[in-house]
Amino acid sequence: MGVRKAKHGWIYTIFFSLLSIAWVFPIILVLINSFKKKVYISRKPFTIPTDKMFVKWDNYVNGMEKIHFFDAFKNSLFITVFSVAVIILCTSMCAWYISRVKSAFSTWMYYLCLFSMIVPFQMVMFTLSKLANMLHLSSPVGIILVYLGFGAGLAVFMFCGFVRSIPLEIEEAAMIDGCTPIQTFFQIVFPILKPTCITVAILQAMWIWNDYLLPYLVLDMKRWKTIPMAIQYLKGGYGSVDMGAMMAMLVLAIIPIIVFYMACQKHIIEGVVAGAVKG
Amino acid sequence: MQKSIKKYFPIFALPTLAAFTIGFIIPFLLGIYLSFCKFTTVTDAKFVGISNYFKIFSDKTFGHALWYTAVFTIVSVLLINVLAFTVAMLLTKGIKGTNIFRTVFFMPNLIGGIVLGYIWQLLLNGILAHFQKTLTYSSAYGFWGLVVLMCWQQIGYMMIIYISGIQNIPGELIEAAKIDGATNGQILRNVTIPMVMPSITICTFLTLTNGFKLFDQNLALTNGEPSNMSELLALNIYNTFYGRTGFEGVGQAKAVVFFILVALIAVGQNYLTRRKEVQQ
Repeated sequence: MGVRKAKHGWIYTIFFSLLSIAWVFPIILVLINSFKKKVYISRKPFTIPTDKMFVKWDNYVNGMEKIHFFDAFKNSLFITVFSVAVIILCTSMCAWYISRVKSAFSTWMYYLCLFSMIVPFQMVMFTLSKLANMLHLSSPVGIILVYLGFGAGLAVFMFCGFVRSIPLEIEEAAMIDGCTPIQTFFQIVFPILKPTCITVAILQAMWIWNDYLLPYLVLDMKRWKTIPMAIQYLKGGYGSVDMGAMMAMLVLAIIPIIVFYMACQKHIIEGVVAGAVKG
Repeated sequence: MQKSIKKYFPIFALPTLAAFTIGFIIPFLLGIYLSFCKFTTVTDAKFVGISNYFKIFSDKTFGHALWYTAVFTIVSVLLINVLAFTVAMLLTKGIKGTNIFRTVFFMPNLIGGIVLGYIWQLLLNGILAHFQKTLTYSSAYGFWGLVVLMCWQQIGYMMIIYISGIQNIPGELIEAAKIDGATNGQILRNVTIPMVMPSITICTFLTLTNGFKLFDQNLALTNGEPSNMSELLALNIYNTFYGRTGFEGVGQAKAVVFFILVALIAVGQNYLTRRKEVQQ
């Protein structure tokens, strides 16, 4: 299909080029406004900042002071990277276990994971945040455990789907040759699971990086904020919103995402397709 | 082999099981129990039977939020899927620059709900300022604002799924239909759409549940203004919990109702569209 050239292809190309410009326009608009003096932002959002409207990096400096953006960035990065790593490691092991050991526990665990995928966060938000506080999980390290628990459903489900397609003979051969289950898993099974690991990692990273409500309820706000929390705090923490700082922080929040997207675009898109087919 | 793996239960399954118990099973069961209680924190719960559920019905904001969410979900599901499918059809025709377009359309997906909400607040308030209005002027503005935002965010994602579905259709099928004299409309209706039905199932499922569970975007864009009129269900539940003291039990009961609705939608939708899929 893809190779056939369309009739009047250039009309479509022009149409989609215009549409693409319209698509990135909201982001460009925020970028433009981040260099504008704050009083002009809500009054004249569509003008290019010149002379008296132009404030150089003031909004950025101001915003970073207000919400400690780099701390928030560090927290977000730490929580996302380690949560995803822990999720991948623990759930792939668990999925292998419940696929290979036929027991009542395996069946129950599988269906509970499936079930947890349709439970909305509001259902558990109050009890989960209270429980996390009681168990002293209100730190960036503690929240990793919460993410492992709440993200396990989807991850276990996806790994199970893949493990079932791996022929049993490979593992049996390894075991007969004297591998312990741990060696078998890490030397034979885990390398085969790599494509699924990437899919799970991308889906979970997109969720955890952007998640607002869970860290807001679980983390101790006074000491740690993630990027979405910091941005929302900019609005909630002060009576009237400092639009200049807001625009600058929005730009800073988007930049890492765009850099990451450009770097692993192919994996992200493939991961989404693979995730959708199995989910 | 089973036996030797079984001995390693504490290493393989226990960490996930423990976290899953803390992060999901206990909060879920406790949540159901607390919906029958009056409480301000987990430890001072007093059993009150189903009175929390009765209070939901006397709470007018919940009915409004339910209705608002239902209409919002239907409108956004239809718009997103129709537009995403159309774009996917056009982008599988071998147009120049397809890869760039795909990249651009997908990008908003990676941006988080809070950030998205504020980006669109700026843009939409800027446009509405020309008419001396703002997004929070009436709930209709908030409604369409959210619809536009969701289209912008999700069309790219659904488009990617549709594109992979369309590319999986064997070329011979379309060729054969053409030789038999089918028009483009007939090919679309009788070949393409039935063949991409699995993608349609997935995309409607994702857009339905995303729309119904929407929270961050709602919070950032309008925060339910004016006076809770643009409040979706998730935000309504949140405000019941954290905005009104003494209503925690009602909030939890609302959350249970919300969960049942989401579960019914998910299961029902899956059943309905799966039936229409063709066996390959």
